[in-house]
Amino acid sequence: MSSAPMQLDAAEQALLDSLRAGDEAAYETLVRDFGGPMLAVTRRMLGNEDDARDALQDAFLSAFKAIDRFQGGSKLSTWLHRIAVNASLMKLRTKRRRSERSIEAMLPQYDESGHRVRDNDTWPTDGAIALQRQETRQQVRDAIDELPESYRTVLLLRDIEELNTKETADMLDVSESVVKTRLHRARLALRNLLAETFGTQAE
Amino acid sequence: MNCRECLDFLSDYRNGELPDEQRAVFETHLSKCPPCRDFLDSYCESIRMAKDCCCPDPDGPVPDKVPDALVNAILKARDASRDS
Repeated sequence: MSSAPMQLDAAEQALLDSLRAGDEAAYETLVRDFGGPMLAVTRRMLGNEDDARDALQDAFLSAFKAIDRFQGGSKLSTWLHRIAVNASLMKLRTKRRRSERSIEAMLPQYDESGHRVRDNDTWPTDGAIALQRQETRQQVRDAIDELPESYRTVLLLRDIEELNTKETADMLDVSESVVKTRLHRARLALRNLLAETFGTQAE
Repeated sequence: MNCRECLDFLSDYRNGELPDEQRAVFETHLSKCPPCRDFLDSYCESIRMAKDCCCPDPDGPVPDKVPDALVNAILKARDASRDS
C-alpha cells in the first residue's frame, strides 16, 4: 500500500508521538499552539462568538479521537483547519433556520426585453466603504447570513476559507458543477443584498 | 451577448476561469455596456467586503490565541468523553 509523503516537521512529529503516547501535557500544547487559527476559522464561518467556541471544542474532540488515524499526509495545521471547517459546517446545519428567503428573490431581475432591472447600481467600488467600523462589518455579515444555508456555505468555503472547487465539493459531498452554480448565485445574491444597503440609484 | 448572458459569465471571469474566446466576447460586451461594467465592479467589491468583514476585528478579541477558559473547557470535555 502506498502512502502520501510525510509533511510533518520534527516538532509536529514529536507532538504527534506524545499525543499518541497519551501524554496529557501534549493535548494542552496542541490546543494552545494550533487552536488560535482554528478559532479564527470557526469565527469566520459562524460569525458568532458562542457558536465559534462551541465549534472549536467539537473540532478538538474530533481531532483527539482521530489522532491515531492521522497519516501525516498533510501538515498538522492543514488537517486541523479541515476539522475546524467541518465542525463549523455541522454547527451551521444544526442552526438551520426554519424559514429562509428563496435565493431566487435575491437574484437580479429582468424586464420583458431581457434587460436587467437597474437597482442601486452606483456604490463605491474602490474600497471606500470602510469596514473598520463595527456597524459596517455587521451589515455585511448580516447579508451573508441572510443567504440560504446551502449557498452561504459554498460562499464561505470558496471566498472566505479559499478552498478550491474540488475541495469544497468533497467537503459538501456535491459535484463540482453544483459548487460553481451555487457560488455564482450566492455572489449575485450577496451583491444585491449589499446594494440594498450601500448602493444608490443610478442616474 | 446580451446583459443576461453576460451575468452568467461573471463568476468564471472573476475566478480567471473563462476560456480565452468567451473572455474576449465578455470583455467586448463590457466595453460597450456601462451598466454591466458597474455591475461587475460592485460584484467584485461585494466579494472583497465579504472577505474583509470575516477577517479579525481590530477591536475584537486577540485573534491568534485561545482564551484560557476555553482551553480548560476543551481539556475537561476530553476527560468527560473518555470517561463516558
